[in-house]
Amino acid sequence: MAEIVLDKVTKRFRDGTEAVQEIDLTIADKEFLILVGPSGCGKSTTLNMIAGLEDISDGELRIDGDRVNERSPQDRNIAMVFQSYALYPHMTVRENMEFPLTIAKLDKATIKQKIDEAAEILELGPYLDRKPSDLSGGQRQRVAMGRAIVRKPKAFLMDEPLSNLDAKLRAQMRTSISRLQKSLGTTTVYVTHDQTEAMTLGDRIVVMRAGIVQQIGTPQDLYERPANLFVAGFIGSPTMNFLPGELVNSSIATAIGEIPISDRLRSGLSEHGPTGRDVIVGIRPEAFEDSRFVDDQTAFTFPHDIDIVESLGSAKLAYLDVDIDARAHEHFAEIAQESGAEDVFGSQQIVAQLDARSPVREGDSMEISFRPDDIQLFDPTDGTNLTEHD
Amino acid sequence: MSARPISDGKAAERRLGWWLCAPAALVMLIVAGWPILYSVLLSFQRFDLRFPDDKAWIGFDNYQAVLSSEYWWNAFGVTTFIMIVSVAIELVLGMILAIIMHRTLVGRGLVRTVVLIPYGIVTVVAAYGWRYAWTPGTGWLANLLDESTAPLTERPSAIAIIILAEVWKTTPFMALLLLAGLTVVPEELLRAASIDGASKWQSFVRITLPLIRPAILVALLFRMLDAFRIYDNIYVLTNGGQDTSSVSILTYHNLIGGLNLGIGSTMSVLIFLTVALIAFIFIKVLGTSTPGSDK
Repeated sequence: MAEIVLDKVTKRFRDGTEAVQEIDLTIADKEFLILVGPSGCGKSTTLNMIAGLEDISDGELRIDGDRVNERSPQDRNIAMVFQSYALYPHMTVRENMEFPLTIAKLDKATIKQKIDEAAEILELGPYLDRKPSDLSGGQRQRVAMGRAIVRKPKAFLMDEPLSNLDAKLRAQMRTSISRLQKSLGTTTVYVTHDQTEAMTLGDRIVVMRAGIVQQIGTPQDLYERPANLFVAGFIGSPTMNFLPGELVNSSIATAIGEIPISDRLRSGLSEHGPTGRDVIVGIRPEAFEDSRFVDDQTAFTFPHDIDIVESLGSAKLAYLDVDIDARAHEHFAEIAQESGAEDVFGSQQIVAQLDARSPVREGDSMEISFRPDDIQLFDPTDGTNLTEHD
Repeated sequence: MSARPISDGKAAERRLGWWLCAPAALVMLIVAGWPILYSVLLSFQRFDLRFPDDKAWIGFDNYQAVLSSEYWWNAFGVTTFIMIVSVAIELVLGMILAIIMHRTLVGRGLVRTVVLIPYGIVTVVAAYGWRYAWTPGTGWLANLLDESTAPLTERPSAIAIIILAEVWKTTPFMALLLLAGLTVVPEELLRAASIDGASKWQSFVRITLPLIRPAILVALLFRMLDAFRIYDNIYVLTNGGQDTSSVSILTYHNLIGGLNLGIGSTMSVLIFLTVALIAFIFIKVLGTSTPGSDK
């Protein structure tokens, strides 16, 4: 159990490139913190610096108030679960889990008791005498967890622990990791590139991009009040829709019509530039609805042809072709390329998530509504959210 | 292999495989199979080139003669001693060199080349180097000792020098084989071990060593087979003097020096059998040693 503090922690490689730039982060005792971002954003490097597997170039790392920059991994009393699980192939499940305990020179009875406890929690009882090669992916994952929890370490570090599992198993393991962490109350830092994992697991999420922290907040914070275009596009599924627009008096001119500016947006905007400036409008697919199911007077409604309809059972996704190209903005193109999501970032389509009862079909023309207050406005040059301030 | 019926296509493919191998197998049979068979045949005959007319089939008499000979057992003891001591030292030194080569980040190519130089030198040349070095009066190593000593003329020191020459020469080979083993140990396991609290030494003993066991066994096998047939170093350094004959030296002296084809062949068959036994034991051990494969 421990508090972990990163104080302007920086990782600089020999050639001068900075993989991680001045991260300031306080991870509270018992907190479940997620580091999320596209590959190469520095999240794993950050985790490895906490583990001691990578040197810290600048700044200070404190665990429970003690500076640990210079301590080797074995002296930090933390446990780590690797993406590949890193199970010792020549040892049985029991020996794998015993390893940290025998290194710590605990007596045999204590070791046995701890292994039995962990095996019970993780339902590994029947597999204790098997070798990792005889286990399924999910079982191996549990052994890796077991090896981490037997030690009662100060913190768990997890590096994409679920990414080698199939979708169904991943969802199951996600729940059990969450439950395990709550019951053990051990500070946990979890790295993933999967925003769903981040949203469902984390007490707080750190979104990183190119070595720089973009935003730190609760899942709800990130979803409702993204600090910039990148976070807005990264969090949420399907991805947020982005439309170029222009501020004109009390509305925003876009390809889908003149969207009125709500009071909340106006107060946020007041300190940002005059009328006539370019903005990027972000609208979540979930904000849209088939007008037939909306009786809100303030809703903004626009008619449009529907290109494709996908039924998810619980909802319908309608794709609208719109004559826009948000990628004309340089910043946008950069983000899209970095996150490897050129197809979703600023594509010429809008995705609307509609009520499952909606009778809409491909090729129909229909009216779609959303509350003008549900949109976000971003600066097209640097991507900052124009309506949210700390 | 299960006795699953194979399709016609598969069978034709297999037949083709055998045909493609046939030329090589035939050549092997001529250059290796026949000499082996011939020496086995010779070992059952009284055949001394000095008395060519006295040739006769004598069954196991040659074997009885050799196996009851003090010279044979002395050479066998010397050979085994040299084999065990030199391979043991080579294993330790080779492991150290392999780790150095594996961990070197800067100038990796240079380090590896330097390490491999001794192995690249012809054994006889190197052996002469050692012989001159230990020659009293002129050798730089001999001059470090008392003037009155001549280390190559006394049995213990001569054997020690033979072992030294062997170790110097073949440690790089051992290191190379072990290096191949080290490179297949996933880096992540060592990271996991260090997170689990293991020191460098603990993770070496408990993770690396068990995982490279197959590589170690292969290296030991190769080196023991080689070391048991030690010839050139001894030939140059002592030529078997002061009771330092290895079995190969003894065989050579009987076969070529003494022109006794029967006894000489018997000895080479015995060497062959010993080497085969060593190999057999190792392969038995090897078969069950690959981590994770023992189901």
